[in-house]
Amino acid sequence: MATLTHQDSATAEQLVITGGARKTFITIIVAGVVVLILGILAQVMGWGAEEHAAAGEATGHLGASAGHGAGASLHEEGSSTLVKRIIVSLWHSNVFFLGVSTIGTVFMAINYVAYAGWSVMVKRISEALSAWIIPGAVIMLVVFLLGRHDIFHWTHEGIMDKGNPNYDAIIAGKSGFLNLPFYLIRTIVYLAIWAFFSYKLRQLSLAEDQLGGTVWFHKSINASALFLVLYAVTSSMSAWDWVMSVDTHWFSTMFGWYVFASWWVSGISAIALTAIFLKQAGYLKALTSNHLHDLGKLMFGFSIFWTYVWFAQFMLIWYANLPEEAVYYNQRLGGFEGHYTGIFFFNLVINFVFPFLGLMTRDAKRQMIMMKIVCIAILIGHWSDFYLMFMPATLKGESGFLIEIGIAAIFLGAFLILFTRRLASASLVPVNHPFLDESIHHTT
Amino acid sequence: MTKQFALGIFEDEDVLLHAVENVRAAGVKIYDVFSPYPVHGIDDALGIERSRLPIAAFFFGLTGLSFALWMQIYMLGFDWPMIIGGKPHIALPAFIPVAFELTVFFTCHGMALTFFTITGLYPRFKTHVMDVRATDDKFVMAIELDETGSQFSRLTQLLRDNGASEVNQKEMSKN
Repeated sequence: MATLTHQDSATAEQLVITGGARKTFITIIVAGVVVLILGILAQVMGWGAEEHAAAGEATGHLGASAGHGAGASLHEEGSSTLVKRIIVSLWHSNVFFLGVSTIGTVFMAINYVAYAGWSVMVKRISEALSAWIIPGAVIMLVVFLLGRHDIFHWTHEGIMDKGNPNYDAIIAGKSGFLNLPFYLIRTIVYLAIWAFFSYKLRQLSLAEDQLGGTVWFHKSINASALFLVLYAVTSSMSAWDWVMSVDTHWFSTMFGWYVFASWWVSGISAIALTAIFLKQAGYLKALTSNHLHDLGKLMFGFSIFWTYVWFAQFMLIWYANLPEEAVYYNQRLGGFEGHYTGIFFFNLVINFVFPFLGLMTRDAKRQMIMMKIVCIAILIGHWSDFYLMFMPATLKGESGFLIEIGIAAIFLGAFLILFTRRLASASLVPVNHPFLDESIHHTT
Repeated sequence: MTKQFALGIFEDEDVLLHAVENVRAAGVKIYDVFSPYPVHGIDDALGIERSRLPIAAFFFGLTGLSFALWMQIYMLGFDWPMIIGGKPHIALPAFIPVAFELTVFFTCHGMALTFFTITGLYPRFKTHVMDVRATDDKFVMAIELDETGSQFSRLTQLLRDNGASEVNQKEMSKN
């Protein structure tokens, strides 16, 4: 009988990362490397023909029938596509993991500002999620500086100079916003804001653990409120910069929300999934199905929110059918000989239909197994949502899955190592949080 | 015909929740609890079964969705086909907003009507006011007595032991 005040009060719990867990993370990275190497081999040797069969790529046929001469020229093309695929995959996975990582801080900040008590039980998870921001930021800057030409059309030489053979009047018209110094400054500002507030909130939270008192709570609320205002602007702008500007000619006013919705629902799923894993490993003793129920409601609701934003963007473009806008969906629905048609519909099914039907009942949200399945589906689904945002613009019909999944697995393994290390570096229960009792006695 | 009730008046929701658990544990059946606002966890404490209204809601929603799709496909696809914006007659994306709205419309109206029906709420419905202070700042636990009212003194003791500030006996007409 779940009622108030009958539970034991929570005490500090220290996560111990077992050798088995560490081995699992390393295995994920190794598996990623193996898949990546397989993907590289497939690309170089032209086994990609199978992968690209759906795209009906002519190169495969050429490679099979033509002699050495054609083979050599193919190789050259293949290797440049190869580099491109690796760089775009790095960017793609990094944007996804960096976004999810930041959502940890955003989730915590929203709960602070709302004076929410129930979420205190998972607060340390959201704090630890942001452990990836700094490495993610470094990777982002390095990939941008080294590989920007393979990702962003607007960085091409001479594209904004009149008279140059590369000149593109539309892109030149955007040079006030999309130019290298301003872009770099913006990116660094977003990352610095996110990293600073993640650090700040984490420090306040740790000080609260050590010293107690409500002063840390009030300081956290101030920091959170400021962060949320800044995040509202930077999340939207980073979506234009990092994601939308790969399709330089195209624009959508919904895009900031669309990317945020993707990050946000993935971040909540990551928090819920971690909470379940910790609970099943015997930690978070005061976490009950009531907390899972609330996380499940958020996942359910924001899956619908994502769909709403997705559809709002799709339907207006579909209805107006203006060529410069509709090209975005032409490429994804049937373009490149149907290369993306399958993943386009897969994306809708796994990100909307599955969470919608799967989490509809109360029991489903309160059962670990169902929540676990849906969490994993949402994380995979939104990774492929970002796949669909990046690939058609950068790789046209050349994208595949082996390299992309390999790189994503390497990111996942590295992410988990840093994430769990931060989880283990403090008590899993913020023992001095003023709302801790409310969270322990939370009923839904 | 009238019924006798023992009314335990409580000042605090925490005290009330404990009292509900203890009274039930003592084997006494609670008729109902009246509170000025919804108390978290009271349904579980009272052992009230969960409502099956959400199941009805799902089917109302399904009805609304089917109706909306049928209506638009029949009207715009078969009954009076028109070319709108160069789109096919049966243009599903354009039907989704209407389908969504009608799903919500059917769900909420169906749920409200189902709720009124199963709870017997209709115009001129009379409520049994056990204690008017339950609409202000007091929590009232009502326990039905048998016709003789013989358990009243035992219940008074039980309720007082569990933090009731006063215990009254009340006769209510049953209609």
